[in-house]
Amino acid sequence: MTAAISNRLDRSWPEQGHARVPYWVYTDPEVYRLEQERIFAGPSWSFVALACEIPNPGDFKRTDIGDRPVVVVRDDTGAITVVANRCAHRGVQFCQKDHGNTREFMCPYHQWTYDLRGNLIGVPFRRGVNKQGGMPEDFDPASHALQRLQVAERHGAIFASFDPAAPPFEQYLGASMLGYYDRVFDGRELRLLGYSRQRIPGNWKLMFENIKDPYHASLLHVFLVTFGLFRADQPSEVRMDETGRHSVLVSSRGEQKLNETTGAMKSFRQDFKLSDPRLLNPVKEFAGDATVVMQTLWPNLIIQQQSNTLAMRQMVTRGPAAFDLNWTFFGYADDSAEMTERRLRQANLMGPAGLVSIDDGEIMEFSQAGVTPYDDESGLLEMGGRDTEGVPHMVTEAAIRAFYKHYRLVMGI
Amino acid sequence: MPDIRSEIDALFVDYCAAIDDMELERWPELFCEDGLYKIISRENFDRGLPLATMLCESRRMMADRVVTMRQTQLYAPRHLRHIVGNIRVGDHGGGGEIAVRSNFLVLQTLLDRPTEIFSTGRYLDKLVRQDGRLMFSERICVFDTVIIPNSLIFPL
Repeated sequence: MTAAISNRLDRSWPEQGHARVPYWVYTDPEVYRLEQERIFAGPSWSFVALACEIPNPGDFKRTDIGDRPVVVVRDDTGAITVVANRCAHRGVQFCQKDHGNTREFMCPYHQWTYDLRGNLIGVPFRRGVNKQGGMPEDFDPASHALQRLQVAERHGAIFASFDPAAPPFEQYLGASMLGYYDRVFDGRELRLLGYSRQRIPGNWKLMFENIKDPYHASLLHVFLVTFGLFRADQPSEVRMDETGRHSVLVSSRGEQKLNETTGAMKSFRQDFKLSDPRLLNPVKEFAGDATVVMQTLWPNLIIQQQSNTLAMRQMVTRGPAAFDLNWTFFGYADDSAEMTERRLRQANLMGPAGLVSIDDGEIMEFSQAGVTPYDDESGLLEMGGRDTEGVPHMVTEAAIRAFYKHYRLVMGI
Repeated sequence: MPDIRSEIDALFVDYCAAIDDMELERWPELFCEDGLYKIISRENFDRGLPLATMLCESRRMMADRVVTMRQTQLYAPRHLRHIVGNIRVGDHGGGGEIAVRSNFLVLQTLLDRPTEIFSTGRYLDKLVRQDGRLMFSERICVFDTVIIPNSLIFPL
């Protein structure tokens, strides 16, 4: 099957390697099919839920990995199970509620029933009716469970994998990325603040490119630049794991003042002041100087820590030309009322109406529109050189190059 | 002295016109000084989750939003059209507040494509009379269209 799909992929990457991205990676349906198989259903860990979304036995949540619907559920022992949302009988998407609490899952079509670990526990008319019909004598419910995924949970976040060959989660992140992960997920109990969802009419990889690209942030985002929340003249770094698939952008907040760098930014507005400054009233809450750490975890997650706003941004693919961005905003269970209020105010920066993130959603739509008619063209990634190493500044596209280095390896293209 | 229903109707018409006619600077003026404007998904609202999609806790915060819409945010040009109906006027609360509920439908038209339904939901309002004029002390927009078609730029 894999070979058959590969053979249909009559494409070759530009000879400049990962300093170029051919535009067909954003549009080709066969590339998309191969991504589903090798990346999202491959030996990767996809974010599916925060543990605080399903705190009690029987709590469940519906979500997706790539374009495959799954259900995340907590059983009586507190253990988490992730199953494909597909009845083992005829493939019906049995769970239609987005969240809830249940004792079992029942497919409405023929009422096949599963326990909270996905085991098949009920098949109506299995022995027939009036000695007629019924399943064959050798029908074994134990071999018709729901498809169960591998599950990893670390400090309140839950990840799942379709492939049993996925390495242990900690090893998958690597020591350096695990350090950044544990900075936000330090073991404290989390508090769910709510969701935002948007459908972005662009290829999912554009989202990763965007968050791995600190170069644009100092130019596109007038709001960030003006208030010094993320800007090229501030201490910053870009770091990747050894494979290049995960990365972080790290920076520290600066002031709203005119200098040589801000003078070169058309987007810097020295005169713009908030008439109600309560919107931006960040307090330091993490060790070290960094005030923003944006971490991208292959293949579907961005962990956002910008000032006091914390969120998981989960990507769900919707074909080559669209993806859903699901934002799960959270704080800590021991946050004061003031801190919760601060996080909720700063959430104005992010999401589908975010003072900063609106720019990104729109740019991804413009990107998709721009590249779609041009299969033979490619994007240029040479800012900061042509290599894939981390650097102590933000004038680079190295993290995007590193991403495509790994992408090409996984995709075999 | 016009009756309360026609006063409410006039306020709502004015609200829609301020946004649809891109007279955005008039939008905060329809709220009192410490007025609340909140856009929240039905998903969060029904579950008691506090996260808003847009949160303005004063007329000045709304004015700041308008400045960002005009000057700092990047977005494709578009027109919105607000349709409001099913207005239900509740009881006058203590302090003279009037609770009003209504339904909204917001259509969005980008330049190079047909008009789309951008959002639908309900307004939960508290209205007060100040300086002889009816205005919002609170407007909570609870939207059913939980998956937002990319960007929410202007007020619902």
